[in-house]
Amino acid sequence: MEKIQVKICAGTACFVMGAPQIQALEFSTPEDLADKIEVTEVRCMNHCSQGKGYNKGPFVEVNGEVIEEATMEKVITKIRDLIAKEEEEKC
Amino acid sequence: MLIPKNYANQMRSRILVKVVESFYKDRFESADEIPIEMRPKDYDSSRCCIYKDRAILKYRMMAAMGFTPQEETNEAKQLKDYGKEALKRQNHAKSCLAVIDIACSACVKSQYMVTDACRGCFARPCVMNCPKQAISIINGRSHINPDLCVSCGKCLEVCPYHAVVKLPVPCEEACPVGAIRKDEHGVEHINEETCISCGKCLQSCPFGAIVERSQLVDVLNLIHNTDKKVVAMLAPAVVGQFPFEINQVVGALKKIGFDDVVEVAAGADVTSKNEAAEFIERMKEGKSFMTTSCCPAYYRAAEVHIPELKPFVSNTKTPMYYAAEMLKKEQPDCVSVFVGPCLAKRSEAEYDPNVDYVLTFEEIGAMFVGAGVEIGDCEQAQFAKVSSAQGRNYPLSGGVAGAVGNLVEGEVEFRPERIDGLSKENIKLLKKYATKGSENNMIEVMCCEGGCIAGPGCIALAKKAARQVETYVAQGVNQKDMK
Ligand code: SF4
Ligand code: SF4
Ligand code: FES
Repeated sequence: MEKIQVKICAGTACFVMGAPQIQALEFSTPEDLADKIEVTEVRCMNHCSQGKGYNKGPFVEVNGEVIEEATMEKVITKIRDLIAKEEEEKC
Repeated sequence: MLIPKNYANQMRSRILVKVVESFYKDRFESADEIPIEMRPKDYDSSRCCIYKDRAILKYRMMAAMGFTPQEETNEAKQLKDYGKEALKRQNHAKSCLAVIDIACSACVKSQYMVTDACRGCFARPCVMNCPKQAISIINGRSHINPDLCVSCGKCLEVCPYHAVVKLPVPCEEACPVGAIRKDEHGVEHINEETCISCGKCLQSCPFGAIVERSQLVDVLNLIHNTDKKVVAMLAPAVVGQFPFEINQVVGALKKIGFDDVVEVAAGADVTSKNEAAEFIERMKEGKSFMTTSCCPAYYRAAEVHIPELKPFVSNTKTPMYYAAEMLKKEQPDCVSVFVGPCLAKRSEAEYDPNVDYVLTFEEIGAMFVGAGVEIGDCEQAQFAKVSSAQGRNYPLSGGVAGAVGNLVEGEVEFRPERIDGLSKENIKLLKKYATKGSENNMIEVMCCEGGCIAGPGCIALAKKAARQVETYVAQGVNQKDMK
């Protein structure tokens, strides 16, 4: 199975809006997810620049799907959803 | 326990960004719309209702503009008017932490509670040992009357079923010096006389009820509405606070309007030099130990709460002091703004005529966002003075003692010890050292566990920040090899 790509934006706006909280994922990945995800820190993904877009930050992309006002909770839920979906498709 | 990043902390950053945004938009003319925008009608409130949320947001914005909730004399006064007042003031108000009373959830009055594990036993040691007769048996189970309970914990000690639990009041548990206490309604208040401005309560309150008076608006005003030269002095902990090269952060500061940026690590080199000389002198005089003095929260704790330790505290000034002294010598007319991880630096600055303002990393982060500056797009700019590897290592626990040790090597015996985090227990330990002496002769005290990179004004994850600092240290030269 291909790893799920988790891109945490570390552009200025997302970083100030709370991206570091999600970066904790790099240090304490839940055990069952450890070998299923790949976490990368990326530069501004330009979600913040439309209007006052940064107010909806931090942004995280999980396999290309954008999460607004991302939190650790939201990101992990999304990852679990994707894994569940993949397993369903396998059967 | 400190919760490094959570919704409450995140809210603080958001509010700061909003205030900066409002400054740029219309100088706070429409600031009163912000709480409504943030908590619109259909929003799912995290408290009782959006109306209370909005009221609390107003107090948060006031704090970001430099007013504590206690300064509110007229409830009808609008944020717009607070903003205007902030733009008029010549000097920032005294630094201070305060509780937003309506946000404080008045966490548990009695800190002990009997759980379902109580078997209503025949021995009833809890009832017998409670010095205040606060425990009675209701429906065959022990029950603590919160109005009588004095939270002594005897019941917990004696229950054979471990049925009694201790419920913490997070802010009181975090405060190392007992400066935050409940009033008769259970709401917390901070005692300004005994508070050491460490910020631990602010970091630990799960309701985000504690705020601090910011100087953000004052600095924005100086930059944009006066022709004064405003210079940022960056504390060494800055490396690692933003996921960019430090030179780009310097460039970004210039872009938002600072005329010049200097590195406080250069001041740290002076601190190391003076502290090393002082250490050698004291050891030759036969003193048993010396403690560092560059953490202002610890310095004040020693002054107010551990007076017996005072004779052992170094008299050397802090890196901020020396950096500001150098700056004001070169540019006497400039306005100096220290930018760091620390809230206690604000009170230190009040006694330092060379430091005019103090901002946190979080606040300059908010300035970048509110002004629409992406650090990654900024030009690289260099610091005027180069700092040593040791000076750069100050923000990590062990860094200060390491820098002093580097310079005293071969002169006197050097046995360092770290007090990493000023907890209640560590204060007791320091008291013991002061009266009974210590095995080690150089005690480094950092109020924040992990060092300045874990300070309350930081935004980065301490672990990541530490790595970046280590890299930067590795690029520096040994202070001994510098001219
Ligand atoms: S932790 Fe916060 S909400 Fe709880 S008592 Fe302290 S200030 Fe109030
Ligand atoms: S000493 Fe620290 S924890 Fe205690 S009230 Fe002051 S800032 Fe809060
Ligand atoms: S900073 Fe994250 S999308 Fe721009």
